[in-house]
Amino acid sequence: MSKPIELTIDGRKVVAEEGETILKAAKKNGIYVPTLCYLEGVSSFGGCRLCMVEIKGSPRLFASCITPVAEGMEVLTDSERLRRYRKWAVELLLAERPHVCSVCVANGSCELQQLATELGVDHLRVDREWTDYEVDLTHERFAYDPNRCILCTRCIRVCDEVEGVHTLDLMLRGKNSKVVFDLDENWGFSQSCTSCGKCSAACPVGALYVKGKPLSEVKKKDLVSFIMERRSGK
Amino acid sequence: MAKVRLATVWLSGCSGCHMSFLDQDEKVLELAEKIELVYSPIADVKDFPENVDVTLVEGAVGNEEQLELLKRIRRNTRILVALGDCAVNGNVTALRNSLRNSDEEVLKRAYVENASINQAAPKQVPRLLKRVLALNEVVNVDAYVPGCPPSAELINQVLNDLLEGRTPVLEGRFKYG
Ligand code: SF4
Ligand code: SF4
Ligand code: SF4
Ligand code: FES
Repeated sequence: MSKPIELTIDGRKVVAEEGETILKAAKKNGIYVPTLCYLEGVSSFGGCRLCMVEIKGSPRLFASCITPVAEGMEVLTDSERLRRYRKWAVELLLAERPHVCSVCVANGSCELQQLATELGVDHLRVDREWTDYEVDLTHERFAYDPNRCILCTRCIRVCDEVEGVHTLDLMLRGKNSKVVFDLDENWGFSQSCTSCGKCSAACPVGALYVKGKPLSEVKKKDLVSFIMERRSGK
Repeated sequence: MAKVRLATVWLSGCSGCHMSFLDQDEKVLELAEKIELVYSPIADVKDFPENVDVTLVEGAVGNEEQLELLKRIRRNTRILVALGDCAVNGNVTALRNSLRNSDEEVLKRAYVENASINQAAPKQVPRLLKRVLALNEVVNVDAYVPGCPPSAELINQVLNDLLEGRTPVLEGRFKYG
């Protein structure tokens, strides 16, 4: 076993393993940190910034899902400042594509919506983009609506690291980025997709889903960590 | 105590928010004691009056008439409340924004492409805006009551807060969208 590291999170002394992230240490100790792009069982890339924390001695905020613990570190997971930034992060995500929850398949089982509720987002302070991506219904079992995608790349990482296929990837840049199948093929015509459905289970919003099933049954955030645990023989 | 001058307005919405307002049931009677309803789809008043204390606005801004009305409401209202998701963020009303030239296109879809008789876009209606706007894209909004529709309970709580001079705090009281 690696060297134990002592740090404090929200004033509580906790012990973590060397190389572990702040998020992991917090979770193990039952301390809640909001996350969105993070998915237990696959790699992290620190994209959404929901998991930001303060570390004493630095004016910067740190994405806890990619910041390793250090000896004597004093971490704050909740503050007025953090809530302000998290709220902005959620509002910007909601504004980037036309999220209309009242007509969305994910209404009621969506992580973005849940976070908006949690953070008290009662309106958007920025103008919204009304994208008009075509909804891809070509796959027999699955559907993909890019208009609700928040570019968290959870689907891409699951497809690559768990299913081992890498059907999915990102095309273009910035707000024009788009999750695509193969070389921007329609899902139903993808040569590499094994139709395993892991991407739909991992998608936090109503962008990837199983046709004709309530999303509450489809969304399985824990599926990936379950598979990975079984594989490691734990 | 002078009664609070309350107005409710119905722009581009489905009227569901007003239904939810009426759904306060017997609490509407308690409310009636404290307010004077000076303008509303359920009151026969032609023009939006002056000197209104609280105005609840349902619906997004979809045409030129509504745009003018909302500006007048703002000038004449002390506390302007966005009631429901269409007013708060455009919601279903604003779905047409994803169409190119949505002002013309949406009429074509509804009255030409999907009509079996009299295939023609109506002419005698206020001109649609190029883009449907949420209230806060046009004027300053003082309070937001999200929901599609917001629950009667939430509307009641917000109204009581406002009538008693408190700033409504919604955190923890609603579900987004
Ligand atoms: S994906 Fe989530 S936030 Fe977006 S419209 Fe659907 S329920 Fe709302
Ligand atoms: S269903 Fe296809 S695209 Fe989705 S994770 Fe499985 S292989 Fe990848
Ligand atoms: S499709 Fe879903 S999982 Fe994939 S990037 Fe978009 S929001 Fe994330
Ligand atoms: S969860 Fe850490 S940046 Fe998204």
